Amino acid sequence: MQAIIQTIIENFQICFIDGNRYRLMLNGLRMTILASLCAVVLGVVIGLIAAIMKLLGEKRSVHSFRGILAWVGHIISYIYIDVIRGTPSVVQLLIMYFIVFRGNFTFLCAVCTFGINSGAYVAEIIRAGILAVDHGQMEAGRSLGLSYARTMRYIIIPQAIKNILPALGNEFIVLIKETAILGYVSIMDLTKASDFIISRTYRMFMPLIGCAVIYYLLIKLLTLGLNTFERRLRQSDIR
Amino acid sequence: MKKIVKTVTAVLTAALLLTGCGGGSAPKETANEDAAQDYALVKEHTIIVGTNAEFPPFEFMDDNGEFDGFDIAVMKEVGNRMGMNVEVSNMEFKSLIGAMEANQLDVIAAAMTVTEDRKKSVDFTDSYYTARQYIVVQKDNSEIQSFADLDGKKIAVQEGTTGDFTASGEGSVNVVKDADVKRFKKGADAIMDLKNGSVDAVVIDMNPAMEFVNANDDLKIVEDETETEEYAFAVRKGNTQLIEAINNCLAEMKEDGTFDSLIEQYINE
Repeated sequence: MQAIIQTIIENFQICFIDGNRYRLMLNGLRMTILASLCAVVLGVVIGLIAAIMKLLGEKRSVHSFRGILAWVGHIISYIYIDVIRGTPSVVQLLIMYFIVFRGNFTFLCAVCTFGINSGAYVAEIIRAGILAVDHGQMEAGRSLGLSYARTMRYIIIPQAIKNILPALGNEFIVLIKETAILGYVSIMDLTKASDFIISRTYRMFMPLIGCAVIYYLLIKLLTLGLNTFERRLRQSDIR
Repeated sequence: MKKIVKTVTAVLTAALLLTGCGGGSAPKETANEDAAQDYALVKEHTIIVGTNAEFPPFEFMDDNGEFDGFDIAVMKEVGNRMGMNVEVSNMEFKSLIGAMEANQLDVIAAAMTVTEDRKKSVDFTDSYYTARQYIVVQKDNSEIQSFADLDGKKIAVQEGTTGDFTASGEGSVNVVKDADVKRFKKGADAIMDLKNGSVDAVVIDMNPAMEFVNANDDLKIVEDETETEEYAFAVRKGNTQLIEAINNCLAEMKEDGTFDSLIEQYINE
């Protein structure tokens, strides 16, 4: 038993303390958090636009100019979601890095890739959230003389947010773990940092387990925060 | 509570039994398999060769998706002479040594340079090839003439290779200082990055460098005096029988000309 503990301590020393490698892990963690935070913000913005575009076009007739515009928006948003959800994120990242950005602006490339990727999923989450609000709410709003936009703004969206936020938190969690593929394009995220340590120490156990533990803690923290948040949102519910 | 305790005990017992089985299924010893036993192979009568098939001409995947290259050909010949099957396992270069320590590989044949650091984790056979590091730059680049010109530049490398160590300032000769090093999983990705113009140079072993430059008209090689390095096959630490067997095969192959013909076929073609 003592021997095992000894080896573990020794391994820990070699993998994280020697050559200040723990700093690499911390820098990697910072990159992971920063990239996923920026991507989630971008993703929500893109997702919101895509969701509204998709919803607006659903029931419009093609006889007026606005109707055609809404219909085109619907088609664009449909294709966007379809393509992004239908291709692996690694492939999207490689395309963005090598073809679109041609190796420049690495961080921006990462944020754009994951923002665009996440936007497709967020769009569906938001759309589902809006559709989950009872149809009678829209009818009531319209019959009281509110326009479509105002009914959306004051009646539907506030109720939809309650449906959307928990699922959005989930998407954030997925996104953080997805950024582990950033190493493919030479970005030093947490996974890449542990890769680097493996390539220098030729030890796999400590860097991999360490990396997993850090991811787990990060996401555990996020989950706890989200749970508290969700409880607050439910406070006014009569159930 | 009792139920939980019961379940936990059951699971633990099962786990113990399973690990017990793992230990117990070690190869049975029979008289005529003695020779094979001595090599302490992962799988009986099979040498599992780990490689990273992204490093032409030493290892690459051919058009049919088969692993090919000088290292693979040599290991197949060695297996042939030892009367064993050879199985190739392809993975990232940086994972090879860890995988062998985790008992998943018998031999690493990946144009691996013998270094003191690596010797702490694996044992090497006799060296079979002498190589150097080359710098690859875009054709119109006249600024970079030597390793000294790389200081502070952007350099793309394959993660965990000698080129990576040199560019990161960890080598012993021609150490590059303060370079911004981008580490890719494949040499080809590093070359792509160079072609896109987002790095100034790629540092990579000479033979892959020549392969890549031959395939890309817009790139050229910059040669500089560097320390030569020795490629060797790596085996698990302490597996002296296997090292001896491979060394004998290598010596035999050099003697009867097989080795030279393979060099001719893969490297000097």
